[in-house]
Amino acid sequence: MAEPAKVLEPRRVEVPLRKATGPGDDKIHTWPHLVRSEFLCALVVLLVLIVWSLLVDAPLEEPANPTRTPNPSKAPWYFLGLQEMLVFFDPWHAGVVLPTLIIVGLMVIPYIDINPKGNGYYTFRERKIEILTFFFGFHLLWVSLIIIGTFMRGPGWNWFWPWEPWDPHKVEAMTNVDLPFLFGIRGYWTGAAFGAAVILGYFVLGTLAMYAAIVRTKGREFMERWGMPRFLTTAFFFLNMLAVLIKMLLRHAFNVKYILVTPWLNV
Amino acid sequence: MSRWEEFKRQITESQVWQSIFRHGYDDTPRNRVLMVSGNVWLHLHPSKVRRHAVRLRFTWCMGGITFLMFLVTVVTGIYLMFYYRPTAEYAYADMKYLEFDMPFGMLMRNMHRWAAHGMVIAVWLHMFRVFLTGSYKPPREFNWVVGVILLVLTLLLSFTGYLLPWDQLSIWAVTVGSNMGAATPLLGHQGPFHEFFGVNPIYDARAFLFGGGEIGSHTLLRFYILHCIFIPLVASLFMAVHFWRIRRDGFSGPPL
Repeated sequence: MAEPAKVLEPRRVEVPLRKATGPGDDKIHTWPHLVRSEFLCALVVLLVLIVWSLLVDAPLEEPANPTRTPNPSKAPWYFLGLQEMLVFFDPWHAGVVLPTLIIVGLMVIPYIDINPKGNGYYTFRERKIEILTFFFGFHLLWVSLIIIGTFMRGPGWNWFWPWEPWDPHKVEAMTNVDLPFLFGIRGYWTGAAFGAAVILGYFVLGTLAMYAAIVRTKGREFMERWGMPRFLTTAFFFLNMLAVLIKMLLRHAFNVKYILVTPWLNV
Repeated sequence: MSRWEEFKRQITESQVWQSIFRHGYDDTPRNRVLMVSGNVWLHLHPSKVRRHAVRLRFTWCMGGITFLMFLVTVVTGIYLMFYYRPTAEYAYADMKYLEFDMPFGMLMRNMHRWAAHGMVIAVWLHMFRVFLTGSYKPPREFNWVVGVILLVLTLLLSFTGYLLPWDQLSIWAVTVGSNMGAATPLLGHQGPFHEFFGVNPIYDARAFLFGGGEIGSHTLLRFYILHCIFIPLVASLFMAVHFWRIRRDGFSGPPL
C-alpha cells in the first residue's frame, strides 16, 4: 500500500513534542490508550443500559390527582435521606438548613484539608481521619438513610421491616418529649434557656475538645500551620454532622423530640 | 498504482477532504498527538496522560460514565420532547402515547429514566473516588467546588424531570420536595421568621418554584423549561469548566 501520510505532508502543522523529562516521566499517549478505554467503557455501559431499559419499564402510575394523597408520599429516592431526616427535625432544618450545610460542607473540603499526602493515589494509612469522616457522612448518614427511607418507611412514615406488610392502621405511640422536660424543667422560658445552653454548650465544648484532641495527636505546630479559620470551619461542619446522628439516637433511645423549644423555631 | 489507490489518492488529496481531515491514521508519535489535539471531540484531553491515571482501577471510569449518562439523557430527552406537551391536559396522555404507539417510545423513556438514575449514582461514586484518591488537593481545589455545583445541578435535573409524566408519583414526590420551599426560613410561608417578610402561600419561595400557590399546569411548564433548557444549559457551562480544568491540571496525581 502507498503511504497516505506522505500525501498529506504539506497540510500538516508541526506540533513540538514535549521532551521526556527523565525516568520519572511515565506519560503515555492519550490516543490510543485513554481513548480506547473510554470507548470500551462507553460501549459496555451503553449495552448494560439498553438491556436494562428493555427489561425494566420506568414507572408510570395513575394520572395525577391533587385530591388523592398517597400514603406514604415519598420524594425521589435520592432525596429520601432528607425526607427521613424530617422524622428528627422540623422541615426548615431537614429540608433547607441541612442540605445547605451539606453542600457548603462539601465545597470547603479542599480548603480545610492541608494534608499533602494521598494526592493522586489510594491510601488509607496516610489519611485515616479524612477518609473515616467521609465514610461517616456519605455511607452512614446519606446512603443508609436513603435505604431506610426507601425500604423501611410505609404508611404514616412508620417503620416497617421488609417482611412486614404495610398496615395503614398501624398505631405508633406518641411518647415523644422535649429534652428540657426529660430533665424535669417544666417552665417555658427556663426550658428554652436550658435547650439553648445545651446546644451552645455542645458546640463550644465540642470545639474545645476537638482542639485539645488535635493538639495532642498532631502537635501545636500542626495547629499553627492549619490556622484558626480552617480549624473552626472544620469543627463547625464536623459537629453539625455529628449532631444529626446524636439527635437521631436521642429520638430512638429516649423519644426526645426537640432540644430547643421556642415560639419561633424548634431544634 | 492500482485504479483504486489512484482514486483514493485523488479523494484524500482534494481540497475538500484536507479541509475536513487534517491528518492521516498512521501510528507515529506525532500523529497520536494530532489525533487528540486536532479533534474537536477529543481536544479537551491532554495529548499525554499519566500511565496510572488511565488504569480502570484508579478512576473506575465514573466521571466519564456520568458524562455519558448526561449525553444519553440529552439524546433520548430530545426524542421525548417531540412527542410530549407540557400541559396538565395532555402530559399524561402523551406518556401513554409514547408507551404504546411510538416506535421505540417506551425504550427511549426507559433509557431516559434509568440513565438519569445512573447519572446520580455515577456522580456519587465519582465524588467518592475523587475523595479517596485525594484528587481535590492543590491545584484542583476549585474543580472540586465546580463538581459539587454539578452534583447539585444533577439532582435538580432529575428532580425537575420527576414532575413531567404528570402521574400520581410525579405530583406527590414533587409536592414533598417543594414543601421545603415553604419551610425556608424567612422566605417560606411555613418557615421560621416568615412574618419578617410577610410572605404568604401564594407569594413565597415555594410559589416561586411552582409558578403559583399550588402545583398545577403553571408548575408543569416551569419545571419543563427548567428541566429541558435552563438547568442543562447551566450544567453544560459548568461541565465545560470542569473538564477544561482537569485537562489543564493534568489527569490526577501531584501537580505538573
